[in-house]
Amino acid sequence: MSEKVLYALTGLFETPDQIIDAAEKTSDGGYKKYDVNTPYPLHGMNQAMKLPPSKLGYAALVFGLSGTVSALALMYWMAVIDYAHVIGGKPYFPLPAFVPVMFEVTVLSAAIATVFTMLFVVFKFPNNSHPLHDTEYMKSVSRDKYGICILAEDEKFDENGTLKFLEELGATNITHQYFTEDSYATWWSVLDKKFAGILAVTAIATSLVVYIGLNKVLYMQPFSWMMEQEKLNPQKGSVLFADGFSMRNPVQGTIARGDLPYEYAVDPEGASKLVNPLPITEANLQLGKVKYDIYCSPCHGFMGEGDSRLRGQFPNPPSLHSEKVRDWTDGRIYHVIAMGQNVMPSYSSQLSRNEKWATILYVRALQRSLNAKESDLQ
Amino acid sequence: MNSTHHSLDYVRKDLPVNFKKIGLILSVVGLILVIAAYYSDPVRSAFNNLVFLMLLTSIGLGAMFLVAIEYIGGAVWSTPFRRIAEFLAAVLILVPIAAIPVYLNLHDLYHWTHTDVVAADKILSSKSPYLNESFMLIRIALFMAIWLIFYKIITGNSKKQDESKDQNLTTKNIKISAIFMPFFALTITFAAIDWMMSLEPHWFSTIYGVYYFSGTVLAGLAAVTFLAVYLNEKGLLVKGLKSDNYYSLGALLFAFTNFWAYIAFSQYMLIWYANLPEETFWYLARWGGNWKFVTLGLLVVHFIVPYFGLLSQPSKMDPKRLKFMSLWILFAHLYDIYWLVMPTFSKESFVFGWIEAGFLSLAVGLILLIFNYKASRENVVAIGDPKLIRGINFRL
Ligand code: HEC
Repeated sequence: MSEKVLYALTGLFETPDQIIDAAEKTSDGGYKKYDVNTPYPLHGMNQAMKLPPSKLGYAALVFGLSGTVSALALMYWMAVIDYAHVIGGKPYFPLPAFVPVMFEVTVLSAAIATVFTMLFVVFKFPNNSHPLHDTEYMKSVSRDKYGICILAEDEKFDENGTLKFLEELGATNITHQYFTEDSYATWWSVLDKKFAGILAVTAIATSLVVYIGLNKVLYMQPFSWMMEQEKLNPQKGSVLFADGFSMRNPVQGTIARGDLPYEYAVDPEGASKLVNPLPITEANLQLGKVKYDIYCSPCHGFMGEGDSRLRGQFPNPPSLHSEKVRDWTDGRIYHVIAMGQNVMPSYSSQLSRNEKWATILYVRALQRSLNAKESDLQ
Repeated sequence: MNSTHHSLDYVRKDLPVNFKKIGLILSVVGLILVIAAYYSDPVRSAFNNLVFLMLLTSIGLGAMFLVAIEYIGGAVWSTPFRRIAEFLAAVLILVPIAAIPVYLNLHDLYHWTHTDVVAADKILSSKSPYLNESFMLIRIALFMAIWLIFYKIITGNSKKQDESKDQNLTTKNIKISAIFMPFFALTITFAAIDWMMSLEPHWFSTIYGVYYFSGTVLAGLAAVTFLAVYLNEKGLLVKGLKSDNYYSLGALLFAFTNFWAYIAFSQYMLIWYANLPEETFWYLARWGGNWKFVTLGLLVVHFIVPYFGLLSQPSKMDPKRLKFMSLWILFAHLYDIYWLVMPTFSKESFVFGWIEAGFLSLAVGLILLIFNYKASRENVVAIGDPKLIRGINFRL
């Protein structure tokens, strides 16, 4: 046990007005190192103690603005550099869409950083030992009393003089507060093995109890709405049929309405003989354009020149203006759409029969735009 | 206790003569220019008249809102300044007068008042049960009547209290203010829709009323803040008011600057995102020609400058800063209204000339005069209010 050293003189007051008055007189009396302890924040205390404005705001500002900048930089990097993607027809760098995120990140980083600055810089966490801890004084001021505490290290401090000063202020319960040198040795007592161990055990135990209790034992869904029903959920088995499937296969030979089975799956030559049943009307061409722009243009380009928009993520197809394709019959092209060709997949599930034929009409129109026939000149 | 006061130290004094002089000069010059303007360019004058009307409404209604919210919230810090807001609310008396020329020029301002246009336009004809001249007239007359009635009752009670010191008057005003609030919310929304949004009758934004409200409160607050600091410096308010008492004015100015930006941005972002032609044309009109610079300027004037100007805690209490920022915010609000109204008048490029200056001069002049008139007859501080002493002693 090392020797006891005087830390401070403390005194108590009964009302907020008294403590504000006392704080004012103490700062007027030239004391610098003193503090006031009250059960709740008091209006006017900053002025009474002549405290300079808090500097915490600067931390908030700096961290807040870094949040803004990092959010912007992150989104810029993702949306423009790393994975440029057209979303909702907006430019790669849609600033207005980023503003809410920048705002949120600003607020979040400013708030968190301010708390941490306060904790680590102002409160010097994890140092949690303080000479006033567990004193009667601390108990009173966290209950219903208003206390003042003048530190012994203050230049103006002099044991008897300050005692008298406090008495003149009208303080009651004036107490000498001591601390021992070795209390500094327990500065890091939050990191004490026993303390940290118990903390860890408590944390794990409570988490487990809460998790198991709420999720497994007590779990009750207040409203199930339509979540509990016999249906297929992703990643879950289905109980609808014995074989675990959620749907039955259609009867052999079933044909979808408005569709005919494609007979030439392995016979492109046979398909060549198919004739386009659609007349060349504006409506059909329009339908073909719509479907072409949606389903074909990403790879073949809006003009069919093979200028894919997929930026090398899929092999570029050949031009649809090649002599080969121009000479193909409509039926042969139909075959490519229906069955795909090498890496090009089939578009049967996206395009109905008529839509396929309409798309072919449009492809023909595109071809004619670059290689007009003699007859087009009329 | 040396920092607090238990008794009132207030003697009513007249405002400095210059106050009235400047008000008179601005009003007379403004009036002459306005009359000349109506002779030389009636359409442009009508649009300016609308800006003028909106500015007066903002200040009057904004001040009224502050008075009512103080009663409802039981705020103490603002009691020493409440009378200033009450005097400013008297600007509402001018609103019906300022609205007369607008009504005489309805056809120049509002597309939808032309029955032939409406008949040929499916959208306008389906809006016509609401957007028609007679209903608009009834509506607006009703709104003004509501504003003036509440103005009379609330400020009347407050004035009576100066003599009688009757606490029941406060209780009464709390109730009346609470009744006023929903009326306020509805009337300001529909007034903004009728007077400004219907300039583009095809366009609609459901947040428009809130947008105008945010500007209104800013304008009212800024006017109160400027006068509070000014009058206190001249020693015309009660003794003992310090920068702590200003703090909440600064904080509210800051808060509503952010609120305005939040609302303005929300409106913009949703329209930008959805990208529907029936909504985007309103912004495109404010992006064409050199309106682009006015629009970008709005961002700087109405948000960036006041935001950084009032960001730090000391700046929210510093009298000098507050005086500057409150005048700035008043200007920003005027700028905002101009930006809302004028693109309908001149599509190609923004205009500013003697006509605009004339209306502005008249507006400022009239506000000063009416404030001076009130201050020469009544106490500038609500000396009978039971919360006053606590308000003066308010410390951060
Ligand atoms: C995913 C990208 C992609 C899409 C979408 C796509 N194609 Fe293809 N297409 C290709 C590729 C790659 C080839 C070349 C295949 C090969 O190696 O033979 C090709 C080949 C073709 C050919 C044969 C060209 C030739 O010279 O052999 C035709 C015709 C064709 N596509 C039409 C279409 C039509 C019509 C559509 C819209 C329904 C479409 N494609 C959609 C990638 C695509």
